Amino acid sequence: MEKYLLIALFAPIVGSLFAAIFGDRPKNVITGIVTSALLGISFLASFYLLTYVDETHIVKVELFTWILAGNFTIPFNFIADPVSVIMMVTVTTVSTAVHVYSMGYMANDKGYNRYFSYLSAFVFSMMILVMSNNFLGLFIGWEGVGLCSWLLIGHWYHKHSASWAANEAFIMNRVADLGMLVGLFILFWNIGSLEYDVVFENIGSLDNDTVTLAAIFLFVGAMGKSAQFPLHTWLADAMEGPTPVSALIHAATMVTAGVYLVIRANEIFALVPDVGFFIACLGAFVAMFAASMALVNNDLKRIIAYSTLSQLGYMFVAAGLGAYWIALFHLMTHAFFKSVLFLGAGNVMHAMDDELNIKKMGGLNSSMKYTGLIMILASLALSGIFPFAGFFSKDAILEVAFAEHAYILWAMLWVSAGLTAFYSFRLVMLVFFGKKEHKKFGFNPHETYTFVLLAMTPLAILAIVSGFFGGAFESYVTQILPHYDNHHHISGAAILIAMTLALAIGGIMFAVYKYSNGGFDKKLEQTFIYKLLINQYYIPEAYDRFLVQPFTRASTYAWLNIDNKIVDGTVDLIATTIYKTGDKTRAMQSGNLSKMLRWMVVGLVVLLTLALFYRP
Amino acid sequence: MDIGLTHYLVLSTILFSIGLYGVLKRKNLLLLFFSTEIMLNAVNIGLVAVGNHYGDLTGQMFAFFIIAVAASEVAVGLGLLVLWYRKHQTIDLDSLQDMKG
Repeated sequence: MEKYLLIALFAPIVGSLFAAIFGDRPKNVITGIVTSALLGISFLASFYLLTYVDETHIVKVELFTWILAGNFTIPFNFIADPVSVIMMVTVTTVSTAVHVYSMGYMANDKGYNRYFSYLSAFVFSMMILVMSNNFLGLFIGWEGVGLCSWLLIGHWYHKHSASWAANEAFIMNRVADLGMLVGLFILFWNIGSLEYDVVFENIGSLDNDTVTLAAIFLFVGAMGKSAQFPLHTWLADAMEGPTPVSALIHAATMVTAGVYLVIRANEIFALVPDVGFFIACLGAFVAMFAASMALVNNDLKRIIAYSTLSQLGYMFVAAGLGAYWIALFHLMTHAFFKSVLFLGAGNVMHAMDDELNIKKMGGLNSSMKYTGLIMILASLALSGIFPFAGFFSKDAILEVAFAEHAYILWAMLWVSAGLTAFYSFRLVMLVFFGKKEHKKFGFNPHETYTFVLLAMTPLAILAIVSGFFGGAFESYVTQILPHYDNHHHISGAAILIAMTLALAIGGIMFAVYKYSNGGFDKKLEQTFIYKLLINQYYIPEAYDRFLVQPFTRASTYAWLNIDNKIVDGTVDLIATTIYKTGDKTRAMQSGNLSKMLRWMVVGLVVLLTLALFYRP
Repeated sequence: MDIGLTHYLVLSTILFSIGLYGVLKRKNLLLLFFSTEIMLNAVNIGLVAVGNHYGDLTGQMFAFFIIAVAASEVAVGLGLLVLWYRKHQTIDLDSLQDMKG
């Protein structure tokens, strides 16, 4: 079994290194084929592990000891238990599809080989993240995905906005990663190990304050990666990257790493329910906050990005309230329907020559039937309509909120579900139906390659059916995750489900009705709320004004005054002193023998004096 | 009055100072040679005196070495001096400035 674990882990990096060989050459289709094939192998190995691994068959591999210093031992070890296997299968499924899709999407890109190298390196980092058996390995993967995310957002680095967005994402994640590092330090300081087993065994013996502190700091790291408020702005800007990257990294896998961390460290978070409740509150807030921003945005990809944020909020509600398996379940279903939604958006962008404004589209269904169908199915799944995947997982989260008597959270999530349904179908209506606005701008939309559509199909099917595996999923992952049985708590579950479903359908109907009748009045755009939402609550502007600009000013000041004057001044002073000393003493070397003899005598006197008075 | 070590060392110091003064003040190369010889022999006196005082022959041996080295130095030095005089018609110290950078 160890063999399959290693194959699953290392196949992506082999592909990445292979593609890297061609990094500076012109496009070579073989890089795409090889990386995709190796990803497929990794997927098969992961799937085989899925059928093998259970409570009694946990695969552990220790490659070698990585750090050994005194009592500090960090081995490079990996684990395939039900949770990591679920993550492995999810990651490899989506990334295989995205790799194949990218072969079509990036077909005319100059950085084709480089792109595939980075994409596979990302998958490798993500596999390390989910398969590591200690927190430090998880952190390595955590930083690895951050790096690959930076590389891929900035894939078109010649565009200023892309390189800026890449830096923003990276820097914001660094800020949060510091929190996570502090959390790891606290754990190590108090327990003396970062192995999952050891940490979870001993975490109960620590006092409550320490555990609270560790949990908070770990969650700060999760907030950065999963783009929770207030570190959320990078995710929307990360849409500057190629669309398959958005599908893989900024929807399906990397951004869910924060949720994975909370699930993985559930034994820490379970000890401090207050922190858990805070996580849930933040999650519910982000779910609503992000959904509201998605309502008015006109950028195809940003709408889906905000939707991702919102769904991550849902996951954190479930994880924060202790329903870890439900959080993982939503993570998985979300990975499927959200990635396919992004890939559909990629098809639309391709057809529209990279135009993103949905107001300039419309009526694309006639020329892109298959993409339209997939997008509609994915949107239905996202809105949580029975029998699509999102229905099962999202509904379970709402039930959890209700069962925990967190009625306010439940209400927030309920409203968000309605908003989700509305904005999803606002997007669908504006892009695929209605008047063909794009005619005015001279676009000539066309369906993409068939193999690209075929690559999307498995994801689309999973987006439809994966919800039905809920029962099996629960019994599988609760082998190591705590059970959460919400059916005991509430009697009126059916009513709740009906209410949510009704709201979601209502949202869809409203969107369909409004946008098939020409949309909203233009006057609405003058209202305060619209301006607030379209400007993302003025948060990016506030960050710019209150953080970026003061920091830039402080940096400029430090550069001009501290660096230029003090630091450079000191260095220059040393140099000029030596130079001037040399210049002055050069006169001694006159070439005149009697003068030289005089200096010799001076030297002799000095040395004699030293010899007389110096007593070591 | 017995003549002891101190007297020899004082004589040695005086001779050395005279030699040093000559080295610093004289411009004539020949006199410079004289001065260095005086200094060397001042050191010789010191060495022999100290060697005698301690009953150790090393001082005297060293003095012989110095005499031998000084003799060969003078031989080579005077040879160069003669060459220099033939070339420049002077043995003034300040004329030796060929190496000035």
